Amino acid sequence: MTASVLYIGICNMSAIIVVDDLVKSFKEIKAVDHISFSVNKGEIFGFLGPNGAGKSTTIKMLTTLLVPDRGKILMNGFDPLTEPDKVRQTFGIVFQDPSIDEELTAWENMELHGVLYHIPKKVRRRRIEQLLKIVELWDRRNDPAKRFSSGMKRRLEISRGLLHHPAILFLDEPTLGLDPQTRNLIWGHIKQLNQTERVTVFFTTHYMEEAERVAGRIAIIDHGRIIALGAPGELKAATNASSLEDAFINFTGRNIRAEEVSNLDQLRRRVRLFRR
Amino acid sequence: MKTIYILWIRQLKRYYRSKPRIIGSLGQPVLFLVALGFGFGPIYQKAGGGDYIQFLAPGIICMSILFTSVFSGIEIIWDRQFGFLKETLVAPVSRFHIMIGRTLGGASVATLQGVIVFSISLLAGFKPYLIALPLALFIMVLIAVIFTALGTAIASLMEDMHGFQLIMNFLIMPLFFLSGALFPLDGLPRAIEIASRANPLSYGVDGLRFALINVCHFSLAFDLTFMLLAALIFLGLGSYLFSRIQI
Ligand SMILES: Nc1ncnc2c1ncn2[C@@H]1O[C@H](COP(=O)(O)OP(=O)(O)OP(=O)(O)O)[C@@H](O)[C@H]1O
Ligand SMILES: [Mg+2]
Repeated sequence: MTASVLYIGICNMSAIIVVDDLVKSFKEIKAVDHISFSVNKGEIFGFLGPNGAGKSTTIKMLTTLLVPDRGKILMNGFDPLTEPDKVRQTFGIVFQDPSIDEELTAWENMELHGVLYHIPKKVRRRRIEQLLKIVELWDRRNDPAKRFSSGMKRRLEISRGLLHHPAILFLDEPTLGLDPQTRNLIWGHIKQLNQTERVTVFFTTHYMEEAERVAGRIAIIDHGRIIALGAPGELKAATNASSLEDAFINFTGRNIRAEEVSNLDQLRRRVRLFRR
Repeated sequence: MKTIYILWIRQLKRYYRSKPRIIGSLGQPVLFLVALGFGFGPIYQKAGGGDYIQFLAPGIICMSILFTSVFSGIEIIWDRQFGFLKETLVAPVSRFHIMIGRTLGGASVATLQGVIVFSISLLAGFKPYLIALPLALFIMVLIAVIFTALGTAIASLMEDMHGFQLIMNFLIMPLFFLSGALFPLDGLPRAIEIASRANPLSYGVDGLRFALINVCHFSLAFDLTFMLLAALIFLGLGSYLFSRIQI
């Protein structure tokens, strides 16, 4: 079965990420447990799951930062294990945890990124200005990043990730800790990139309504396994749920953590009763 | 090329902006110069060694370069903890270039530090020959490159700063004390002699003494050959280990 996923992935010319039977353990913890999926070119793909589900670990393996124990990855046709440099040409990433140089100013962080990603000077300057204005850091561009609030650092981080226009953009909980206004602005920009430049977006989040709003397809991952994959509408239909949140609970509950979830379900019912 | 340049500049900016770090790292060499220079000076003279500060200053310059460059290499661990390392590791540039950029940046900072200590030693009464100053500078750069690369290699194997004390006490300090920076390498016990001969810093100290006070224990040609080889080996090792970092 796994071989066929890879086969389909390779034959399916529109797949830009193909993952087959991926496994990664840290000592006795199975962080990623035999997952397979593929992401199409130009798609906005959401990766949804509770804390510790294995989302970031998967992204690290896709982005050449971590070597899998088992399994096969193709990114734009290249294997991160054997051709990491080719793979790094094809993606950009906003990490879950901080990755800016706090001693450098906002501008310098952007500039350094632009140089690392070979963006010609003129384009670089223009985009830096545009992006810093979107995230409202233009006036603070010459301040060292260490003087920013955590939300401002996050905004800098995201705008830096959007500076070059890669074939695949990874966003690991991009909007965590941001105010709703900024969140909307940023998603607006990402969607625009997706439409005008056909950038494939692979993101993770805990915000169900966000996932439902922006993702074309969603994979639900729990305990290192993918337990559902499809368009938000399909996931809801498959579980007779009215919202993605309910679908999520139905999926995770039925398959893996029945006990925990039924407790949660009870709680939710109680909350609903209480509201009445 | 641009990758190397931008990472080199980054290192210099970070150095220039952290004034406390500059001042802090100058404190130690100054203390050594003053305390040892004036403290041991009379004994050294009585023993027939001549002016101790002449002997000591090149050693202290080497010491400050050693410390600064190993620290610069080890900065990778900070970058790992603050997260910036990831940003460079996923960039579409070769890790070899990243490593070279960082190492050259760290080495420049260390050389700069050496030059500052050199200037301070002049104030403390050090009177070097100035003709071979370019040679002295070249040797300082070599020492800096060797030990920044060594720091990089070590840091690539470490996940956090916990092992730092270990490295300080079992690597850096021995490298310093067994380099002939403080005392001449004549008539030492066999074991110590072997250790000091395997120590790249010994040749740095020796070369620098040759350039600045025209005193030489080995020979300049040998010093330079050994250091160039050490630089190549550590750069190779450092970039190999750096290229294998996982987050
Ligand atoms: N470097 C590591 N060493 C040991 N265990 C790790 C490491 N990185 C991740 N893990 C473990 O792997 C599992 C999956 O972690 P991962 O970071 O992928 O989760 P996640 O889905 O991104 O969660 P979150 O929503 O909290 O970001 C967790 O149990 C975590 O403890
Ligand atoms: Mg995560």
